[in-house]
Amino acid sequence: MSDNTSGCSGNCVPGMKKDMLVPQLAVVTDIRTDTPDVKTFRVKSLDGQPLFDHMPGQCAMLTLPGSGEAMFSITSSPTHKDYKEFSIKRCGMLTEALHAMEPGQEIGIRGPYGKPFPVDTEFRGKKLLFIAGGIGLAPLHSVIDYVRANRDAYGHMDILYGSRSAADLVDLEQIQTEWMNEKDTDVYLTIDRPQEGWDGHVGFVPSYLKELAFKPDCTAIICGPPIMIKFVLQALIEMGFDKKQVYTTLELKMKCGIGKCGRCNIGSKFVCKDGPVFRCDEIDELPGEY
Amino acid sequence: MSLKKIALTELDRFFSAIALKKKIYLPVEKAGQYDYAPWEPGITYHPEVLHTVKSAKSVFFPQSEDLVRYKRSGLSLAIAEVPPEDEEFVVFGVHACDVKGFEVLDRVFLSDPVDTFYKARREHGTVVSVMCPQPEETCFCETFGIDAENPGADVQARICEGTLYMEALTGKGEALLEELGGIVAEADQNGEAAGEGKDAEAYAKGAEEHKKIMDKLPLAGLTTEGFGAEADLLTLFNRPEWKELSSSCLGCGTCTYVCPTCQCYDIREYNTGKDIRRFRVWDSCMYSDFTMMAHGSPRPDQLQRFRQRFMHKLKYYPDNYEGAFSCVGCGRCLQKCPVSMNIVKVMKTLGGAAHE
Ligand SMILES: Cc1cc2nc3c(=O)[nH]c(=O)nc-3n(C[C@H](O)[C@H](O)[C@H](O)COP(=O)(O)OP(=O)(O)OC[C@H]3O[C@@H](n4cnc5c(N)ncnc54)[C@H](O)[C@@H]3O)c2cc1C
Ligand code: SF4
Ligand code: SF4
Ligand code: FES
Repeated sequence: MSDNTSGCSGNCVPGMKKDMLVPQLAVVTDIRTDTPDVKTFRVKSLDGQPLFDHMPGQCAMLTLPGSGEAMFSITSSPTHKDYKEFSIKRCGMLTEALHAMEPGQEIGIRGPYGKPFPVDTEFRGKKLLFIAGGIGLAPLHSVIDYVRANRDAYGHMDILYGSRSAADLVDLEQIQTEWMNEKDTDVYLTIDRPQEGWDGHVGFVPSYLKELAFKPDCTAIICGPPIMIKFVLQALIEMGFDKKQVYTTLELKMKCGIGKCGRCNIGSKFVCKDGPVFRCDEIDELPGEY
Repeated sequence: MSLKKIALTELDRFFSAIALKKKIYLPVEKAGQYDYAPWEPGITYHPEVLHTVKSAKSVFFPQSEDLVRYKRSGLSLAIAEVPPEDEEFVVFGVHACDVKGFEVLDRVFLSDPVDTFYKARREHGTVVSVMCPQPEETCFCETFGIDAENPGADVQARICEGTLYMEALTGKGEALLEELGGIVAEADQNGEAAGEGKDAEAYAKGAEEHKKIMDKLPLAGLTTEGFGAEADLLTLFNRPEWKELSSSCLGCGTCTYVCPTCQCYDIREYNTGKDIRRFRVWDSCMYSDFTMMAHGSPRPDQLQRFRQRFMHKLKYYPDNYEGAFSCVGCGRCLQKCPVSMNIVKVMKTLGGAAHE
């Protein structure tokens, strides 16, 4: 866990280690509108020093006092040390307020939390198949950019990404200009229903996945709404994948992020510290409460 | 062992002597109910009271506490920390079950990353335990290997024949008794001249008599068989009996609020007009909004919430903390549940052996 002494102001005793629940001060420097309900926020420390180190798949708690605090995936790659990015879907009180922010707004941040994807171990040297739905691209974004930054350490990369409509595809511009031109990488996009101006694939992610008939010789990484994850996993099994080859992230209500508030457990595991990344065979050992 | 003593009739002097230097918390009567509160002149200690309504955990893990304060103006934000506890205090009169309850919380809050608010209070608090008075039929601390006669903590005390006997078990405990040198007397022990060990005898006898009552308690034979780290999680989780066990639960959360080992909390905000306070409050897994998210809750029914509470105490916690249970058999949930549903019924229904 990172040293949590910086960003101190007010009654801070010098040299005293802050409690893990006390955030550090940060500033939102850029806001990008991705879709009608998703914006991506770039967050930096006030003094230009890195906020903290993270690995792909880890999350952080963002707070806008007066509106609350919630957990968000860090979508930027750890290779970008001077900022963290978060893609946030507007769906409630806090996210509404975050969407209303302007650049320059100071916020609180604490983290990183959770177990990352095994990008430097199990994933290394493997072919990778990313399957994302909607805002589920957020946690995978960091992994994909990490792989791109270390391209030769990994095998071929397939990215299958779907959303309700073309407008709902998060970060379409980067996908088209960067990911589609990345070496040894294929990107497949799909939207739920036909729409004018879209000449790409139409259909749900799980059925497109079956059409594409990937060989089970790669590691699959899934993220999206629970129902999508369920059907994608089923499809992968039918295609001959073993659950040990498939990784996903789980989302439960979180408050502390450090395994103490007792809110995010599934059986004996806490999603905030033992997850949010799980290998699908590990999930089978948990009670079905997620 | 160095045994100290003071007559119960002198307790006021004892409390005043401590209160001169530091706060002392003990069970205090308010409107016929007992809870831990600071002692003040005029407050009488009632050694015959078995349980406070809320457990002693509230001293170290208060029901509500500020974590951080914010000030926002325009785009800028100031974060002010709330300083952790920095004054010494004493907690007096904690019975064995609640003392063990602290250990259950310690494993959670003192493991990495440490909860500094809790840790500061633990470090600044000196706990004086007292062997409980007449235990009640709802008591089953022995099920969890708790020694009611030797409750542990910094100073361990026993009331025998109108006298409070105390022995220090830690450095903190010794320091406290030392400070009270003019108030507490040396108890005479075997082999020492005056009194020919009468005090030591009374002290030992008090425990023996207490043990006899313990052995006769209706729940004396209850075991943890069928639970704990060795039990199969999914088998226990999927037992059909959960449905019937949970069917009468009101989801009121009373059992979690009175429990010495329940540790779940919520983090909320309050705008005072001058600043925004982020505070922590006890929360209950028995509540429907506990796990509510934008896309729904993984525990939509009371069955799942009820199961969570007892699975946590008897299976999940032991899995995470080397087999230790997160129940100390205090019996508060047995006494307070409005529909008489409780952990003992769960253990008897799902446990390894049936008990009478
Ligand atoms: C590990 C993890 C990673 C995450 N990553 C991301 C991410 O990258 N991007 C992202 O956008 N989100 C992410 N989330 C979700 C995020 O933390 C928020 O929970 C979510 O955005 C909700 O935002 P909110 O606080 O604005 O919603 P809330 O104000 O909490 O409300 C959300 C919706 O739920 C309803 N609701 C809330 N509470 C209740 C209740 N008690 N009863 C009934 N209905 C209720 C509200 O009416 C509203 O419609 C992640 C969550 C986790 C756990
Ligand atoms: S579960 Fe019940 S008996 Fe066990 S410690 Fe909590 S209140 Fe006491
Ligand atoms: S078990 Fe009893 S005390 Fe606990 S929530 Fe249910 S009704 Fe309330
Ligand atoms: S968020 Fe508190 S235990 Fe996981």
